[in-house]
Amino acid sequence: MCTLEKRGDLFHLTLTGDDEHRFHPDTIASVLSLLEQAKSQSTKGSVLITTGHGNFFSNGFDLAWAQSARHGAIERMHQMVKSFKPVLAALLDLPMPTIAALNGHAAASGLMFALSHDYVFMRKDRGVLYMSEVDIGLPVPDYFSALVVAKVGSGIARRELLLSGKKLKGEDAVALGIVDSAAHDSAEGVVEATVSLGESLAAKKWNGEVYASIRKSLYPELCRMLELTANNLATHNH
Amino acid sequence: MCSLEKRDRLFILKLTGDGEHRLNPTLLDSLRSTINKIRSDPSSSKSVLITTSDGKFFSNGYDLALAESNPSLSVLMDAKLRSLIADLISLPMPTIAAVTGHASAAGCILAMSHDYVLMRRDRGFLYMSELDIELIVPAWFMAVIRMKIGSPAARRDVILTAAKVTADVGVKMGIVDSAYDSAVETVEAAVKLGEEIIKRGGDGHVYGKMRETLLREVLSHTIGEDESGLSVVRNTGSKL
Repeated sequence: MCTLEKRGDLFHLTLTGDDEHRFHPDTIASVLSLLEQAKSQSTKGSVLITTGHGNFFSNGFDLAWAQSARHGAIERMHQMVKSFKPVLAALLDLPMPTIAALNGHAAASGLMFALSHDYVFMRKDRGVLYMSEVDIGLPVPDYFSALVVAKVGSGIARRELLLSGKKLKGEDAVALGIVDSAAHDSAEGVVEATVSLGESLAAKKWNGEVYASIRKSLYPELCRMLELTANNLATHNH
Repeated sequence: MCSLEKRDRLFILKLTGDGEHRLNPTLLDSLRSTINKIRSDPSSSKSVLITTSDGKFFSNGYDLALAESNPSLSVLMDAKLRSLIADLISLPMPTIAAVTGHASAAGCILAMSHDYVLMRRDRGFLYMSELDIELIVPAWFMAVIRMKIGSPAARRDVILTAAKVTADVGVKMGIVDSAYDSAVETVEAAVKLGEEIIKRGGDGHVYGKMRETLLREVLSHTIGEDESGLSVVRNTGSKL
């Protein structure tokens, strides 16, 4: 399902298996627990790199699981939407720089998971970003929109992402300012590039608590939605 | 500390001396009183302010050594800088920062709190140093960053990598308006820009009010809002 490995300063969180890595209550709980583990083991210079195996980074929520409940389908959807919030919160709160190395497609909550990282690298040759909600008739949770607004600056880019139903390839995503890079033609290439970035960030030996605090203060509205308190409300710290 | 020169209708405020122009209580008081003097000058609504500095530094931020020796002074410096920035935001004339040296942390915020940022490209950088020195960035600094740097990626680079932003990079990031080959050329360009702005005409009081509205989020952090939601700005001297 997912694993956490430490290699030097870098924590590697991997969504394993060749499937769509859909978010389901069990995967959500797994990811959350691994993020907590990374947090508890963090030291100065720690960095997190998240990637996946196969053609998908993550294709979003497990809608099949929701629908299999027949009468409880809506409840199950609500449950997943609600329980996913702490995953994004945990990423925003993580006391180390975070990098998403997209091996493949990222859709809906899978894309939100990616965007919750400080840096997002995509493949040039394969994989799309896709907010599928508009096509399948699902409303977008308020904290998803808050994340898009926080991370994507231009009105045009936000529209392309949330309202167009477009499947955005790497080059498009870079041009729209949604991802940092789409320069590599393979999953390995992307991971290598993120490891290289990770190592240069690790070399700074930043204090993780301070890093997390500063990161949260960059996104106050999003933090409010995720019920995270930026602890720089007392501004007298100089 | 700081000097004020009037060149035709331009006000040139300079952080003087070869030091780091650390924003300690004395310098902050001096800057505020100079800004007040500018504001109450009869020609103020038809003028432009240029802020620049001597030496290697625009300003290297708060006087951290002082803050360490006396923690209550850090509260004081923060309060005084907030007031100064609020005064700059409500100033009834366009403002230009001619950045001819390093601007770090609070010093960077001071530079960015001007309407135009002109910078030399051969030396010096803008540097939100907090991450490197294990300090948290105050929420009101973030408000300035959000209002002055449009791209989320650029904000992340400035704040979350403590990037040392040289002028040309600053232009690309949309933080700096234009870059020049030397300190002298930067100040000359600022003067030229100031004169062009004055020639365009317009009422500084209206300009100041519009800027307040545009930077309302910063004002609400620096000096708060009254119950009606309007920012409480002191000393505008304007009847508008």
